[in-house]
Amino acid sequence: MNAIQIELNGRPHPADANYTLQELVAKLGLSGKSLAISINREVIKRSDWSNRRLKTADRIEIVHAIGGG
Amino acid sequence: MNLNDLPAGANTDHQLTIAGKTYDSKLLVGTGKYKDFQETRDAIVASGTSIVTVTVRRVNIGQHQDEPNLLDFVPPGEFTILPNTGGCFNAADAVYTLQMAREMLGGHALCKLEVLGDEKTLFPNMPETLKAAEALIKDGFEVMVYCSDDPIQAKMLEDMGCVAIMPLASLIGSGMGILNPWNLSLIIEQTQVPVIVDAGVGTASDAAIAMELGCDGVLMNTAIAKARDPIRMALAMRDAVRAGRNAYLAGRMPKRFAASPSSPMAGLAT
Repeated sequence: MNAIQIELNGRPHPADANYTLQELVAKLGLSGKSLAISINREVIKRSDWSNRRLKTADRIEIVHAIGGG
Repeated sequence: MNLNDLPAGANTDHQLTIAGKTYDSKLLVGTGKYKDFQETRDAIVASGTSIVTVTVRRVNIGQHQDEPNLLDFVPPGEFTILPNTGGCFNAADAVYTLQMAREMLGGHALCKLEVLGDEKTLFPNMPETLKAAEALIKDGFEVMVYCSDDPIQAKMLEDMGCVAIMPLASLIGSGMGILNPWNLSLIIEQTQVPVIVDAGVGTASDAAIAMELGCDGVLMNTAIAKARDPIRMALAMRDAVRAGRNAYLAGRMPKRFAASPSSPMAGLAT
């Protein structure tokens, strides 16, 4: 499988071409966690993670809740 | 009369209704700056709050994937989670952050908008706040908005459809208390949706003063988290908000310059 380069939370990150978001989340050990994900600042619904494929230079952001006021 | 026989309504009205939903406390509490998640939870439980603010940040990729998550300690099933836009300095970032938060929390619409002006004061940038509020409301959010204590801007936000107006009492995290009660009073007097003092409360008396002015609620974080004993301060804040509300409803005596004896002068045994 070809490797592509994406940007993940602001840093370059290698990924397999044709990976879905779901597969990326699993590979990162984040399955089942309370998260939100965007690709190029477009929020991707959890139900769409499994059919959204990564493309070269995609900017992925994965966020979670932390303490704040 | 015994304490149990208080007339109906004499010790009620400690709930808060926002956007048609009623919560059991007029105190809203942040989750930042605590020692750890357990202390966060303990303070929140002690405060009696129903609404807990959180913020949204990038996950640390590749590190500690089994580390505990804040939402395991303050679960959305037990508290209403109010995502904020802390750290956002323009409308676009604030809107994006809340769209991410909405997805993370399974679609709930209630949010706290704050668009900051600069790092030194964390004063709200009101033009960007108005812009973000408009976009969020259009997108279906129920916007509780951190704002300056300017009645004109507060009115604009209310007219736009914000579900709570949340002026600062003094700078975020400063603990300086209620610095301009007159402006807060002007906002309280004119506003039909809840007015919640957001920022500046330092200790229990500050919370009581905010409530005595007629605020519908108080939102705080540092005053509890950075007290020497956060759990005890959370209890103090719970009591102060209730005491302040009761004092407001009871109506304070008029101030007077002359003394007025509480014991009658007549009939003194001499």
